[in-house]
Amino acid sequence: MADRPIRVLIAKPGLDGHDRGAKVVARALRDAGMEVIYTGIRQTPEMIAEAAVQEDVDVVGLSILSGAHLDLFPRIVELLKQKGMPEVLLVCGGIIPDEDIAALKNMGFAGVFGPGTSTQDLVKFIREQIAARRAGVPA
Amino acid sequence: MDREAIDALRAGNPRAVARAISAVERGGTEARAIIAAIYRYTGRAHVIGVTGAPGTGKSTLVNEIAKLYRRRGYRVGIVAVDPTSPFSGGAILGDRLRMQDLHGDDGVFIRSMATRGSLGGLAAATADATKVLDAAGFTVILIETVGAGQSEVDIAKNALTTIVVEAPGLGDDIQAIKAGILEIADVLIVNKADLDGANSTVAALEMNLNLKPKVENAWRPPVLKTIAIKSEGIADAVEWIGKHRAYLEANRLIEIQERARLRAELEQVVQRELMARLVRGVNGTQIDALVEKLAAREMDVYSAAEKLIGALPI
Repeated sequence: MADRPIRVLIAKPGLDGHDRGAKVVARALRDAGMEVIYTGIRQTPEMIAEAAVQEDVDVVGLSILSGAHLDLFPRIVELLKQKGMPEVLLVCGGIIPDEDIAALKNMGFAGVFGPGTSTQDLVKFIREQIAARRAGVPA
Repeated sequence: MDREAIDALRAGNPRAVARAISAVERGGTEARAIIAAIYRYTGRAHVIGVTGAPGTGKSTLVNEIAKLYRRRGYRVGIVAVDPTSPFSGGAILGDRLRMQDLHGDDGVFIRSMATRGSLGGLAAATADATKVLDAAGFTVILIETVGAGQSEVDIAKNALTTIVVEAPGLGDDIQAIKAGILEIADVLIVNKADLDGANSTVAALEMNLNLKPKVENAWRPPVLKTIAIKSEGIADAVEWIGKHRAYLEANRLIEIQERARLRAELEQVVQRELMARLVRGVNGTQIDALVEKLAAREMDVYSAAEKLIGALPI
């Protein structure tokens, strides 16, 4: 059914000390009518993939500040595939150098959102991507 | 859902369980087909409800109780409900945040649900999600309600054992004798018992229980103290959950309680279905015309409702 609320997992892999940005994103997505499963900081790739599967989310949003994205993200993508969720929409944000964006997109991240991104742009991106996926693959 | 998916669900495959819960949440024909296929495998789990005001520590307590049941070999399913915003339709589902000890264990399945407009402390599909977990072989199912006020008592109809969680400092002894949520408790827990005022909260709850007229062989809810964040008092809580179940079994109350629950569920589904047919069957202009009559004081609201219902093809 097309009007199922978009379900999003917001998680922070690795050892970041705070999650202010992730909370701002979570709140903005909530205000846009999405169901946001919020798991906070210090998540391992295994925890993130397990939560994504159990919660049957449409979107996995990762936030990272520590610089470990190229170490942690591939494992998350791999686990999501293994656990039967290759089709989930992947987005990420935080502190990610421009030169890493291409690698992340290759890895399967549809959107990479750095500091200064407007939450409205993020909402629009997720809505469009999910609408396209739902139109293509009947739920 | 095909045979293969049902088999995967029954084997406890997490992806299959998760997708089935999404389907029952969406409702409609697929949801009905799933429930029809799995219903005969349900009715085995001990369903435990955990309710109480926001911030009393329900999620942390659920985490601890789940851990203890896991150590004893039970497979544990958790449904954690949080409210949907009445303004945006969105929700922050944050209960998992307090349940991080439970990851990496195939014997635990946690699902967050938004109320999606339901009142009463649960989502409309919570009962069906519970059936999915039950059919998937989870032998203990913990349902955590939204942060409940005084009248979110639907959990009592869905759970065999209902735990009401209180915390010190939330109210005086008059709060304790009001009707509503305290009345549904099979087990009362004063969590955060290391805070000031824990003993007076226990005393107020005990006093309330003592005011109840004595009935021979009736269950008297224990009032327990826990400090969930430090894992204190959990074994006691689980022991009392077990005692409650044993009491129901010994007095053949499980059968009675189950029939009451099934009757309530049937009535609820009939209500929902009739409502849906009403919405489909009534034409908008007829409602507009009736509203005009109400505004002009030509007809009262009961007569107008009678007229609408009378016109329905049911």
